[in-house]
Amino acid sequence: MTDVRLLTGGEAVAHAMRQIDPDVVPVYPITPQTPIIQTFAKFVADGAAQTEIVNVESEHSAMSAAIGAALAGARTMTATSSQGLALMAEIVYIAASMRAPIVMALGNRALSGPINIHCDHSDSMLIRDSGVIQLFAESAQEAYDLTVIAPRLAEHPDVLLPVLVCQDGFTITHSAEPVTLLPDAAVRHFVGDYSIPNDVLDVARPTTQGPFAMPDYYYEFRRQQAAAIEASATAFGELASEFAQLSGRSYGEIEEYRLEGASTAIVALGSTAGTVKDVVDELREEGESVGLLKLTSFRPFPAAAIAAALSGVDFVVVLDRADSPGATPPLHAEVAAALYGSSCELSGAVYGLGGRDLHPTHIRALFAGAAPSYVGLRGDPCRV
Amino acid sequence: MAELRDWQYLPVAGAVRPEDAARPLTGGWRTGERPAVDLPKCVNCLLCWFYCPDSAIVLDGETFTGFDLDYCKGCAICAEVCPVGAIAMVPE
Repeated sequence: MTDVRLLTGGEAVAHAMRQIDPDVVPVYPITPQTPIIQTFAKFVADGAAQTEIVNVESEHSAMSAAIGAALAGARTMTATSSQGLALMAEIVYIAASMRAPIVMALGNRALSGPINIHCDHSDSMLIRDSGVIQLFAESAQEAYDLTVIAPRLAEHPDVLLPVLVCQDGFTITHSAEPVTLLPDAAVRHFVGDYSIPNDVLDVARPTTQGPFAMPDYYYEFRRQQAAAIEASATAFGELASEFAQLSGRSYGEIEEYRLEGASTAIVALGSTAGTVKDVVDELREEGESVGLLKLTSFRPFPAAAIAAALSGVDFVVVLDRADSPGATPPLHAEVAAALYGSSCELSGAVYGLGGRDLHPTHIRALFAGAAPSYVGLRGDPCRV
Repeated sequence: MAELRDWQYLPVAGAVRPEDAARPLTGGWRTGERPAVDLPKCVNCLLCWFYCPDSAIVLDGETFTGFDLDYCKGCAICAEVCPVGAIAMVPE
């Protein structure tokens, strides 16, 4: 029997964590992540999960403890947002370099300042080059599903990297929608036992973990990390197929929505893809040939899949929910690189910083090529 | 010097097992003074062994026998923690 519940994205991910039942969760609260760990902590207190929650004093400590736990042989998860990720960033790089398969729920929130608690993707972009995998959910259902897939991806012997499951703060973390949960036993069976090929901490077989690397080896270890995240694309594809058999829900590194015969396409991450889909449906009804390319995987960046999906499109508009002051915003720049040599016309727009809404009228203007480079901003010409 | 390995042949994350570790003699860093023990005074509490930041304290089973100066930096922590004054720092 299908188990459909009315859940926020935060609650849905907490249910995924309850079903995964990780050994250790070191975590520090921060809006809009807090409902995830708050809900999960209640599950643990009620005996629904056997996890050791470590109430650390900061996110820097949360990720430090997570590395220690993961490399001591414990399946480890954590969660954060915005400033928490910024404080954690130093250790996120180290988690990737120590190849610690930690799963982290990220409630995307704007970085200060000005201080703000609402969604944009500046926190994700802050660590885009850290070597961690970043998957973006469009909905609470996707946040749940990707969280169930994440431990297997992180622990895959060809990968061994932290995996972030990103969901838009408030828009997903705090908004209730029907979410189909898998049976507990099915999730337990899917994730299996924690087993990694690393030399984990063991007093009977001592190792030095995270050693110093001089100029004669640092470069080789960085290349080893790059190879691991490149290999993760194949691993994600295999796991997504296995998950589809279990759940009936399919995932890929990208999702093509009504791109067949499209002359204009929008590229977007996260919950905005849902709004764009609605507008695509309306415009298709009106006879316009428009479509959406959603990226589920931001890291690794699916450049070849993007180029293939957009090969017949004349106009591409990339939506960035993060700015890169003084430069091209990150998603725009990376899609431009993926499409280098293509004949399509490419433009980009920043939107939604600090939780600013993106309305269907904005999306219509973007499809019509009539939107400014900062959409929904007061003070720009061509304001829509 | 051992031949440098290509990235494909390095252990994951560079974790080092004892049998794979190079063992360079680091006692050459020592500056000026070395520890000396008056063994009849030693009560074999092994505080020096616990506190030594390297592996300069030599045991025979569980009995302190002296120093391996190839790994002693001359930091004098052993002399500082010795509760019976059995270890003194002496000029090289």
